[in-house]
Amino acid sequence: MTVQLQVRWLVACPLERLQPERGVAALFGDTQVALVRTHDGQVHAIGNVDPFSGAGVLSRGIVGDRGGVPTIASPVYKQAFDLRTGRCLDDPEVSVPTYPVRVVGGMVEVGLP
Amino acid sequence: MKDLLVIGNGMVGHRLVQAVRDRDAAGAWRITVVGAEARAAYDRVALSSYVDGVSAEELTLPELDVELHLGDPAVGIDRDARTVRTESGRVFRYDALVLATGSVPFVPPVPGRDLPGCFVYRTLDDLDAITTAAAEAMAADRPGRRSAVVVGGGLLGLEAARALRLLGLSPQVVEIAPRLLPVQVDEGGGALLRRLVESEDLQVRCGVSVTEITRDRDRLIATLSDGVELDADVIVFSAGIRPADELARRAGLPIGERGGVLVDARCRTHDEAIWAVGEVAALEGRTYGLVAPGYAMAEVVADQLVGGSATVVPAEIDTSTQLKMLGVDVASFGDAHATTPGALEVVVNDPVAGTYSKLVVSDDAKTLLGGILVGDASRYGALRALVGQPLPADPVALIAPGGVDLGTDALPDSAQICSCNAVSKGAIRTAVESGAHDVPAIKACTRAGTSCGSCVPTLKKLLVESGVEVSKALCEHFDRSRAELFEIVSATGIRRFSQLIARYGRGRGCDVCKPAVASILASLGTGHVLDGEQATLQDTNDHFLANLQRNGTYSVVPRIPGGEITPEGLIAIGEVARDFGLYTKITGGQRIDMFGARVEQLPAIWRRLVDAGFESGHAYGKALRTVKSCVGTTWCRYGVQDSVELAVVLELRYRGLRAPHKVKAGVSGCARECAEARSKDFGIIATEKGWNLYVGGNGGFSPRHAELLASDLDTETLVKIIDRFLMFYIRTADRLQRTAAWIESMEGGLDHLRAVVVDDALGICADLEAAMEAHVANYSDEWRGVLEDEEKLARFVSFVNAPDTPDPLIRTRVERGQPVPVGMPEVRR
Repeated sequence: MTVQLQVRWLVACPLERLQPERGVAALFGDTQVALVRTHDGQVHAIGNVDPFSGAGVLSRGIVGDRGGVPTIASPVYKQAFDLRTGRCLDDPEVSVPTYPVRVVGGMVEVGLP
Repeated sequence: MKDLLVIGNGMVGHRLVQAVRDRDAAGAWRITVVGAEARAAYDRVALSSYVDGVSAEELTLPELDVELHLGDPAVGIDRDARTVRTESGRVFRYDALVLATGSVPFVPPVPGRDLPGCFVYRTLDDLDAITTAAAEAMAADRPGRRSAVVVGGGLLGLEAARALRLLGLSPQVVEIAPRLLPVQVDEGGGALLRRLVESEDLQVRCGVSVTEITRDRDRLIATLSDGVELDADVIVFSAGIRPADELARRAGLPIGERGGVLVDARCRTHDEAIWAVGEVAALEGRTYGLVAPGYAMAEVVADQLVGGSATVVPAEIDTSTQLKMLGVDVASFGDAHATTPGALEVVVNDPVAGTYSKLVVSDDAKTLLGGILVGDASRYGALRALVGQPLPADPVALIAPGGVDLGTDALPDSAQICSCNAVSKGAIRTAVESGAHDVPAIKACTRAGTSCGSCVPTLKKLLVESGVEVSKALCEHFDRSRAELFEIVSATGIRRFSQLIARYGRGRGCDVCKPAVASILASLGTGHVLDGEQATLQDTNDHFLANLQRNGTYSVVPRIPGGEITPEGLIAIGEVARDFGLYTKITGGQRIDMFGARVEQLPAIWRRLVDAGFESGHAYGKALRTVKSCVGTTWCRYGVQDSVELAVVLELRYRGLRAPHKVKAGVSGCARECAEARSKDFGIIATEKGWNLYVGGNGGFSPRHAELLASDLDTETLVKIIDRFLMFYIRTADRLQRTAAWIESMEGGLDHLRAVVVDDALGICADLEAAMEAHVANYSDEWRGVLEDEEKLARFVSFVNAPDTPDPLIRTRVERGQPVPVGMPEVRR
């Protein structure tokens, strides 16, 4: 059985606010989202709360890659997270949420449940 | 439990105790040490460094688990009762007794040798007395230079001469033999050595002796056997040593023909409960005045005490010596004087280059027996390890300029690499194979390289040849080291990370290489760290120009140069902290840290601080942090220079300088060292004549004292040398390598550093100075740079879609009257 999840698309910011390879944070209710635009123009949205420190800081990490996997490194204790899946590459038991993201009319929108 | 009593608390006695403790896991021995000197055991080999400013504390050997009775010499042994009595009347019982009383200086029976102003050179107390006498002579109100006579031109004599020169006296060395260092070098080597030390302003008189010392008002006159009379303020006897065997003689133990307690190959005396080790022992009749044979004896005795049967083989005792005497390298190893029957000598003597090399080989010219090197001892480590081994090449090629480069592959496992601690190549290879993958690990595991250090370059070679030398690659994106990338960026003019990684790396980069390249670019002066693409390279601290704390807030540290601040400045900081609800704490670097600032608050905080005359303190950067100072001559009753002024000048000169790691500095106004300058990357201590510069200190996980780089500098020269030091560090250190580790990893260590930044051996000093001038000229405050740029300011928001909403995860409670973080979940690490 497939469950069709209903998402609400919410506007975060104009695309030009996303400097390539540098994240920003957005707040939707209580949910903090880290938005990252990689060098190839892709925009990724993952949870902004670092599971290792509990601080809302993931968007402030360094963006890069590990073996070709696009990553952002937590600025607190430096674990790397896969920007596509939210999986922590340094601890397979840990991950952060990912969110659907799209660009409509030059605006970045995040899909929230 | 049995009682081990050790008489003597020198290096060998100390090593013996350590060796027993290492082996006696069951705790079978209770150890008591009785020593005549009142001080704890210290590194006597490094005695002369005391005059260079190394403290008695630093020379002290590690404390061991023993009962220690110092300043109370043993005066009698009752061999039947197995007890020892000390001068103060204490009596110690023993099951095993080890004599490690060392030796006493030999003073020739010259009339007048006991006059005030005559000294020996053996203990720290002797050096204190010599220093005091030299200072009195320097202070005396009379014209003319102050001079000293050193009786004896051996190792100790030359060290004494150097020390006396450092103390301001003009020394003359009188040696009865026809050359200096008669034990270590031959006639040819001695002739060159004499020429080299005389060019260093030391006067040498060989082939004569002192026949009489007389007093002439407040000075001394030494009359020589050729009738010459030498004026002297201080006379130092360093004419050899004699075993301190008096106690053993009185106890009726057999004594060697030339002194020393007779022991067998197990170092046991004729009394089976008594051993002797070190300079007091006459091993099969012969005494040894070096520390390495003493250590070997200590290890042998320790082995027997835990049930082993180790012995010392006199033929294997290594009397090799390497030293730097008044700037001249000298090494002597193996059968240096070709006493082996039929031995052949191969000599390369180059008076123009100032080098003399001799190899002694077996009569068939196939085996190396020993050698002498003067002027250039760089091949000492490799050659000494070859003693007793087949020669890998023609002997002339081994010592000729541009000859064969000696690898370590040619050496068999039995070859001794560290002669001080008798560590073979095989033992080092085993250590490497079981996981010791760098020099410090090898040192910890085998003790190789922990005494004189001359084998450290060979240890490095062994690591490289065994293939475990750690890759210098920065990360998966760059195969090159930080220093290599610096050269590339500097030479190619590439100023963008994307260009650099496209040409010299792979992938997109990471949190290792991006900040490293950001630091390189910043050191080369490429504008504000948040300009364009550079912003994406910065670690969060550099990105927000503040220090990230565990709850996602930042701390803010304004610069307070030298720790000097006006009341108005203090009030301004206090008001900012109060108005923004920040927690405040005084730092170890003499400034004030304000904690708990949210990202969106930072520009407003900086605005207030900048308006009050402050600027960024770079507490967030791998950059110069602070130059700490004591209060100096302005207020202090003891200060000899204005330490605050210098600290302010230096902090303002080097502020904003990005480096491979943080750089801390300190300036003390006198030798009391209240600024703790010697725990800094560069520390300056005032002297009567100027400034002493120390480098390579740090606190932290492995605390380390900075070492003396140059002394009595005027301010202009001091600044010049610091300019060069810092720029050389920035160009050549690895990522996150503090100056201490950088100097340690350098081939040639501190001496090499001094050659480069003081003596300009590489001819790069002008370039280094120019680079620093450019830094100073281009400095601007990074906080102000953000405040004046709308685009940069726009980054300072908590949320891109709610710029003024604080992060709801940040909450505080009050502790001791100040806000502190609350509500952080359990940290998962």
